[in-house]
Amino acid sequence: MNRDRLQKPSNIKAYLTFILFILLVWGSAVRVDADLGKLILGFPEMGRILREMWPPDWGYFPKIADAMLETIRMAILGTTFGAILAVPISLLSARNITRSPILYLSARLMMNLIRTIPNLLLAALFVAIFGIGPIAGIGALTLFSFGLIAKLTYESLETIEKEPLEAMTAVGATKSQLIVFGVIPQILPQFISYVLFTFEVNIRAAAVLGLVGAGGIGLYYDRTLGLMQYERASSIILFTLAIVLLIDYFSVKIREKLI
Amino acid sequence: MIQFKNVSKIYPNGTIGLKNINLTIESGEFVVIVGLSGAGKTTLLRSINRLHEITKGEILIDGQSITAAEGRELRNIRRDIGMIFQNYNLVKRSSVLRNVLAGRVGHHSSWRTILGLFSQSDLDLAFRALERVNILEKSYVRADQLSGGQQQRVAIARALAQEAKIILADEPVASLDPITTRQVMNDLKRINQELGITMLVNLHMIDLAKSYATRIIGMRAGEIVFDGPSQAVNDQILAEIYGETMSDEEVGAYAR
Repeated sequence: MNRDRLQKPSNIKAYLTFILFILLVWGSAVRVDADLGKLILGFPEMGRILREMWPPDWGYFPKIADAMLETIRMAILGTTFGAILAVPISLLSARNITRSPILYLSARLMMNLIRTIPNLLLAALFVAIFGIGPIAGIGALTLFSFGLIAKLTYESLETIEKEPLEAMTAVGATKSQLIVFGVIPQILPQFISYVLFTFEVNIRAAAVLGLVGAGGIGLYYDRTLGLMQYERASSIILFTLAIVLLIDYFSVKIREKLI
Repeated sequence: MIQFKNVSKIYPNGTIGLKNINLTIESGEFVVIVGLSGAGKTTLLRSINRLHEITKGEILIDGQSITAAEGRELRNIRRDIGMIFQNYNLVKRSSVLRNVLAGRVGHHSSWRTILGLFSQSDLDLAFRALERVNILEKSYVRADQLSGGQQQRVAIARALAQEAKIILADEPVASLDPITTRQVMNDLKRINQELGITMLVNLHMIDLAKSYATRIIGMRAGEIVFDGPSQAVNDQILAEIYGETMSDEEVGAYAR
């Protein structure tokens, strides 16, 4: 073949994608009245708050230790319950496991519906139901974890190897036997990894939930910011950072072992 | 015994998979199905345990129609038919033993197997199956740690633990080197002779087919174009199965 006749594929698609992206960002900025000037004018105020945050009130640590523990416990319970609920829904949502479109489409609809409701709104709803306290937070985290884990797991489920499932069908396995012997061994490492990731996210999320009275460390955020005790707020931030780093370290270790 | 009665298969896109197949395979036979890729070998094999659905006709296994079977009945027929695949189809992250025990699930209720409650006799069967294919020492190794030939032997052990009366092997050696190919084919032959398990094997290599089969079925474009003992296969029959052979001049032209 003549090399001159080989045509270089055109780059037009890449250029168009880039232009579209720029337009999208610029358009969004215009529509929400984002103003660079305003941002720059805000800098001194930001600096003032940051200065007040330093040094953190180290003596505040022991006072918030109990609330921090409560946050961690809320995250543990919420992640666990959410993970348990996510298992059947993700199996039902995966097209390669649930053949019936009615079943998998309705499972996905339910999953997406729950994922649409923002965290804080969930917490506020649960506070209205269960009253102020950690139970509301656990409820909110359960639903939030459920949505996140179910979504990630079902997407991974759809990419598992189909050959072992075929072999299980051929030996005369029932659906549940096919899942236990063919699906679970393939999905387990990813599933655990998603649960750990969700747990990390939940620690941070749990901190915010306290703002609406759903228990944990968030209550102290609310209090210190309301009273403009920025040095205390910064010590809460640092405490949370330490916990998050610790959990991050261990979950990375665990995930390394799994793969 | 496997019986095909006027079996046809047309794929949704109009491709003909099987064209009016009538075929009887007796218990204990070692049948090799040969033909080009796309001739319908895989479709034929997979229609036997209904991994592929047929569009017309009926298939009977020991007199029972698998075509009409549903639910538990279908699972019970499948339980008696082992299957070996080109890509072994093991669960790679599970141990060899667990892969072999997976062959036992059809014999027990769902809840028992889900809890992993296999009986001592299940374990005995699994270990004996692994012993028969000379891979017992790998029982607790993860399947993905094994070579291709070893994985295929695990797959054979799974079919043995299943206590299948028929074994379907779909291109079992296509991914293996010549020496491993011999080992796996020898295993299949031995199992056929010692245990009397009916063996149906798809192969694309005619030499291999002739040295192992007692009966050869040649397929072309979804039809059976030859069915007879392996010693009856001659050049004319090969031409019919594989299409016109290249003439000497053509071969010469390629050599230059």
